[in-house]
Amino acid sequence: MGENREELQRRLKRWEDTVLAEYMKERPESRKEFITTSSVPIRRLYTPLDLPPGHFEREVGLPGEYPYTRGVHPNMYRGRLWTMRMFSGLGSAEDTNRRFKYLIKHGETGLSVAFDMPTLYGYDTDDDEAKGEFGTCGVAVSSVKDMEVLFDGIDISEISTSMTINAPASVIWAMYLGNAERRGIPFSRLRGTIQNDILKEYQAQKEWIYPPEPSMRLVIDTFEYGSKMVPQWNTISISGYHIREAGATAVQELAFTLRNGLEYVQWAVDRGLEVDEFAPRLSFFFNSHNDLFEEIAKFRAARRIWAREMRETFKAKSPRSWWLRFHTQTAGVSLTAQQPETNIVRVALQGLAAVLGGTQSLHTNSYDEAYQVPNEKAVRIALRTQQILAHETGVVNTVDPLGGSYFIESLTDFMEEEAYKYFDRINRFGGCLPAIKKGFFQQEIANSAYRYQTEIENKERTIVGVNDYVTDEISVPEPLKISKASFEMQLKRLQSLRRSRDKRKHKKSLEKLHDVAAGKANTMPAILDAVRAHATLGEICTVLREVFGTWKEPLLY
Amino acid sequence: MAKKIRVLIAKPGLDGHDRGAKVIARALRDAGMEVIYTGLRQTPRDIVEAAIQEDVDAIGLSCLSGAHMTLFPEVVRLLRQKGAQEIVVAGGGIIPEEDIPKLKKAGIRAVFGPGTSLQDVVKFFEQAAGK
Repeated sequence: MGENREELQRRLKRWEDTVLAEYMKERPESRKEFITTSSVPIRRLYTPLDLPPGHFEREVGLPGEYPYTRGVHPNMYRGRLWTMRMFSGLGSAEDTNRRFKYLIKHGETGLSVAFDMPTLYGYDTDDDEAKGEFGTCGVAVSSVKDMEVLFDGIDISEISTSMTINAPASVIWAMYLGNAERRGIPFSRLRGTIQNDILKEYQAQKEWIYPPEPSMRLVIDTFEYGSKMVPQWNTISISGYHIREAGATAVQELAFTLRNGLEYVQWAVDRGLEVDEFAPRLSFFFNSHNDLFEEIAKFRAARRIWAREMRETFKAKSPRSWWLRFHTQTAGVSLTAQQPETNIVRVALQGLAAVLGGTQSLHTNSYDEAYQVPNEKAVRIALRTQQILAHETGVVNTVDPLGGSYFIESLTDFMEEEAYKYFDRINRFGGCLPAIKKGFFQQEIANSAYRYQTEIENKERTIVGVNDYVTDEISVPEPLKISKASFEMQLKRLQSLRRSRDKRKHKKSLEKLHDVAAGKANTMPAILDAVRAHATLGEICTVLREVFGTWKEPLLY
Repeated sequence: MAKKIRVLIAKPGLDGHDRGAKVIARALRDAGMEVIYTGLRQTPRDIVEAAIQEDVDAIGLSCLSGAHMTLFPEVVRLLRQKGAQEIVVAGGGIIPEEDIPKLKKAGIRAVFGPGTSLQDVVKFFEQAAGK
């Protein structure tokens, strides 16, 4: 092997000096530097010399085996396709229930709920803070009654449900559980995910309620409760998506997400939980942006880092604890308002990257999302895009088709190394919480966002239809409006719940929750009892706010 | 030396998408303006109070949650109520085309959608502040 490498080195040098040099005299390259979407310089050519000896055995290996670079399952999509899961939510529970059924009819295989802003912040629809925000970017869920309507006529013992909810995750999960209980479905049958990733809220998505420490406690409460009571539920979806959308590079997305994951594991272990009891229910969520190979390398590096950390650092014994299973959403931030139909192409390529990276489930964005929550036609095209990837392109025929590519393997290694550099920096702060309080992640993300925008501004980066290939033609997608009737229906349901519930039981449940929150016990049972007593989301979060306080972020840009 | 243009960049409502607001804040600062960034979750009342207290020439509102039709005009209304109508208000975010004329009628001087160049935003604030 050593001799071969020397021989190859000589050959490469000869090629550069002769074949390449002569060719470049006539056809010089169009740019001095070729960079990825995240501004990583890419070399002209990759060869076996870019990978150290023994690389395949140590870093790549076989799918379904440690370190899982090639995928968590041995036969990947030949055995089972990814779950086609479209993030949906608009207006009232009735409106969103209709959208779910529409998507299921058109071949969606998993549900994913988008909640409106008030719900994400733990406010009921009739709260003053909710003014103007009802149903605009998700569905309003203020009580278990809304949850009943949301899943009416949908078999939640069969289909899995992902819920993008963070600060009030345990409350919304309790409402899902409460609805299952009412329908006579045992918790052990339920499959799904709550996002429940509060760290990235402070870093990027900014939908927090309480300060970081009590928020972390609520997260670990769900790990503990879930591993005992709802064993098929993913109690967290550790998310890079929003970190990326806020402006991070692919490396930052990878590094911050995985470091957040390790933080949750450490907190759970510190609580006294057995790593192999909760780690198999940790799931991940990544962004898929425009740069095909950079994204694929990111997904592959993520799997390898997680497997290593879980096995080596946390000494997990079960291979399921080593698996990094993830959902992917195409990059909302990459969608253009200009010539919006071109977004269909962007989404297809981003979806392709996710599939080539071995995703377990996928959301493809709709082409009209630079304007609005998608209309029915746009969302159907987005779903059809996944179906074309799955059934027409042939990319599912073999496992990790790009494994062994000198370029992909080298870029995967690069991603991993860079992620570990960030781990060191975060560790020097003393972990994720001190780094959040100092604004480290926030500043890193803001810097990258500004650099990206400046590159577009200076035309160092071309965005088709935005800073080049521009047309005057205005093509506005068919608007989607949330009706006033939906708002009124939601208010009526909420008011009727407040009137008809057992006042004494309701009051007692909230007092009990207050005591539990002020102590050290797991909050999940008390939250579930409050939901059963028809306490609303706003009421429950008010109790927790009283006990935990609220949070103000460091201001920087 | 001419007085620096002072701009308040604000995030009204519950929306946490602050990427655009922060990029704009930085671009205006790099263009030589004094920028005050309010941070997230500001009510129209908070924003108007901050604008008056900071004696700004203009306010840039950013909203990506779809609540702009409620929140943006409210800022203009409160400014007028406080006799501070000389403060120019512009907005940006995920704003459907059909809402733009309505916002302009309500006193929002300019509306910037996705893909707007930083240069256009800088130019707007320079002209709006009359410099």
